Amino acid sequence: MTVSMDRRTWTAVCAAGAVPENSGVAALFDGGVQVAVFRLSGDRFHALSNVDPCSGAAVLARGIVGDSGGVPVVASPVYKERFDLRTGECLDAEGVSVPVYGVRVRGGVVEVESP
Amino acid sequence: MRTLVVAGHGMVAHRLVEAVRAEDPDGAWRIVVLAEENRPAYDRVGLTSYVECWDPAALALPGADYAGDANVELRLGDAVSSVDRAQRTVVTESGFEVSYDALVLATGSRPFVPPVPGRDLPGCFVYRTIEDLDAIRAAAAKPGRGRRAAVVIGGGLLGLEAAKALRDMGMSPHVVEMAPRLMPLQVDDGGGSLLRRLITELDVTVHTGTSTDAIEADGDRLLAKLGNGTELDVDLVVFSAGVRPRDDLARSSGLEVGERGGILVDDGCRTSDPAVYAIGECAAVEGRVYGIVAPGYAMAEIVASRLTGGAGTFPEPDTSTKLKLMGVDVASFGDAHAKTEGALEVAVNDAVAGTYKKLVVSDDGKTLLGGVLVGDAAEYNTLRALVGRPLPAEPGALLAPAGGGAAVGIDALPDAAQICSCNAVSKADLVGAVHEQGCDSVAKLKACTRAGTSCGSCVPLLGKLLTACGVEQSKALCEHFGQSRAELFQIIRATRISTFSEVIDRYGTGSGCAVCKPAVASILATLGNGHILGGEQATLQDTNDRFLANMQRNGTYSVVPRIPGGEITPEKLLVIAEVARDFGLYTKITGGQRIDLFGATVDQLPDIWRRLVDAGFESGHAYGKALRTVKSCVGSTWCRYGVQDSVGLAIELELRYRGLRSPHKIKSAVSGCARECAEARSKDFGVIATESGWNLYVGGNGGLTPRHADLLVSDVDTETLVRTIDRFLMFYVRTADRLQRTAPWIEEMDGGLDHLRAVIVDDSLGICEDLDAAMAKHVDNYADEWRGVLEDPEKLARFSSFVNAPGTPDPTISFRAERGQNVPVMLGVPEVRS
Repeated sequence: MTVSMDRRTWTAVCAAGAVPENSGVAALFDGGVQVAVFRLSGDRFHALSNVDPCSGAAVLARGIVGDSGGVPVVASPVYKERFDLRTGECLDAEGVSVPVYGVRVRGGVVEVESP
Repeated sequence: MRTLVVAGHGMVAHRLVEAVRAEDPDGAWRIVVLAEENRPAYDRVGLTSYVECWDPAALALPGADYAGDANVELRLGDAVSSVDRAQRTVVTESGFEVSYDALVLATGSRPFVPPVPGRDLPGCFVYRTIEDLDAIRAAAAKPGRGRRAAVVIGGGLLGLEAAKALRDMGMSPHVVEMAPRLMPLQVDDGGGSLLRRLITELDVTVHTGTSTDAIEADGDRLLAKLGNGTELDVDLVVFSAGVRPRDDLARSSGLEVGERGGILVDDGCRTSDPAVYAIGECAAVEGRVYGIVAPGYAMAEIVASRLTGGAGTFPEPDTSTKLKLMGVDVASFGDAHAKTEGALEVAVNDAVAGTYKKLVVSDDGKTLLGGVLVGDAAEYNTLRALVGRPLPAEPGALLAPAGGGAAVGIDALPDAAQICSCNAVSKADLVGAVHEQGCDSVAKLKACTRAGTSCGSCVPLLGKLLTACGVEQSKALCEHFGQSRAELFQIIRATRISTFSEVIDRYGTGSGCAVCKPAVASILATLGNGHILGGEQATLQDTNDRFLANMQRNGTYSVVPRIPGGEITPEKLLVIAEVARDFGLYTKITGGQRIDLFGATVDQLPDIWRRLVDAGFESGHAYGKALRTVKSCVGSTWCRYGVQDSVGLAIELELRYRGLRSPHKIKSAVSGCARECAEARSKDFGVIATESGWNLYVGGNGGLTPRHADLLVSDVDTETLVRTIDRFLMFYVRTADRLQRTAPWIEEMDGGLDHLRAVIVDDSLGICEDLDAAMAKHVDNYADEWRGVLEDPEKLARFSSFVNAPGTPDPTISFRAERGQNVPVMLGVPEVRS
């Protein structure tokens, strides 16, 4: 039997229930890094940087989530650019993307890969 | 710089000035317009509609005062009295003298009053100007016994318009026509007899085939004695027996005139003096005078082109006519009377449906020459454009009722076919605008080509043309919903679905987006589904609605306490000042008569609202697709000129409509007198006080494309006003597209403002009771949304910057001082903008 070792470190953020379905919350990490955690239907979680590269404001967690041709996205609340929740790539500005973070739920607690 | 003098300022003169200014942007021509009337050119074609509101502003032509254009001087009430062609000068009645390099005579025509004895008696009028209608109104309003009667001498187009106006003033009109039928120039006997029947059903008594022999005074009434022996006992007489060109200036200055009057001009509209032109109803182009506006506009364009180096010539004039008289469609086009040699007529007279349709075709039956339509003129635009061209189907099939026949499509029209005859726009022009200038909507086609901007009858064809060009005018809200916002509204209203999930499951695809989620949230809010952050709704809202404040560029929010009507006590001002000071908020007075407090973080918002709520405020919508503010001037309470309490009404309206979710923002204002200090006509709905009540204007906006609101109803009392606004707003909320302000909503409505008025004033669709009930429900159920958050711990918990560090403010937000206040410092100025 082979066990693959996950060397990433995880930080607990909040109870899963604290993230309403089809919306996001922001979390603050050491060094002032901000991560936006999103919850889609079916308990699918995604985590991106909270900083919108198009406006410079730390607001992506406050965007509306949805899909574009089946791709799960969040739309920035500032100028409405959409970001792929899986890859961080911007659908509306070529070459623009935001960092993506691992996210998992353990024992009802949302954990984010430490940035 | 050369000087162009224009004698007269009617619709055609105005078109000339506009066209010269458009062709001559650098101002090689200085233009001096000498007008006889005391007001700038107005929509004389629409004169009869003046009776609906008695507001001259409703007939105003945009830009006809040339405000801000230093190249145009408009002198009102000062007609040209003489022309000295040798010296090239004109002198006005006031003695003003001006030299010209070019002179354009646009003196129009005068009403023809037949030489009937008694025609000068008090109570006899003509029908041409706003002043004429004011005089008729004054005479009609004199107290008297019973229903008052009037006789219109002349049963042509203008006579029937006059009859309609008199009927609208509450009189019983008679119409007397010499010819054996009404509108003898436009329709044939078949159409005329149906027209007579339809008009008679509308309480107009028609007398045809008879002269008017005398008008006699009979006490304070008039007796009209007709040639057939009939005597009509009436209160007033209106002559509308045609017009005659005003060619006096030409005659007195020795210019050639036509055999039957009119200033003789060539096909370039030039008179016998090369420096003098004549256009419009005073001109006889190669001997022929035209009494309708479209050929006049063509003349104006030709002269403008000639003055600016072009070489336009008068085209074969289109004297086609389409009008709606008292709800009856009448149209004639081309060779309506089959005067062409060998012409054949194909007519369908449907007495049951009340329609008469006739086509005139060439002797081989293959080419359309003209036609007459009475009772239903829906096919007018396509048929008119086909004149002189091969018929796409058998004439009989073209006349068959819709559905059963071979309806003429826009595809059948050749490129040269004129779609808009008012502005001479061909199918090829429109197709070019679609393909080369990227016009993909009716609105863009109108702006780009002017098609459909005068009488509007070709607007439905513009939509069909776009479709024919392959432009998909999809009303789909977004990729998740094929329906328009209006359709979704009806679906949600009918099914009473109360969640987005169910709407998209049943009527959409995918999981939604930033377009459809807020749109559905707005519909749910309008239909009354509780607090906008209740349950799933919170996840649908744009960030402003989700946090009930306006997001600014650094992710902070601004708070704008509601100040209804802009009225505020010193105590409340102190509260706002203290809140701003205590939270370090940048403070600015807004254009909507409120005070905007900037720089609040998500965490601070509830604390700020609590302070405001405790002091008797609520926060307000400076965001969201909802009513913003109702501005007001100070009104009759203080102002020396005010005639009504504009502040009181503004407060009433703002409190009534606050919180109403709509397709776009809604702005309003109330002015206490005609000076209009509140700028109400730049609002979605604006109210202006009159001596006896209120005028309501709708469809105005500022922004990228400013637009003045149009008069909807006039001189109404407050109850009627509020009821009309209720219906206007609710009809808008139900039927407009997403992000469609009221102006484009009305413009794109089939039938425009008239249709809107029919629906919400005359209840033509029978929905007013429903609209009234819906607004009553909104008013009854209104609740302070901000207080609603403060009272609900679950909602309150969402107002935190970080889920794992409540109370910690966003560290990227910082401020610096500018002119003594906090302004945002942007960390890492964004370089990327799509």
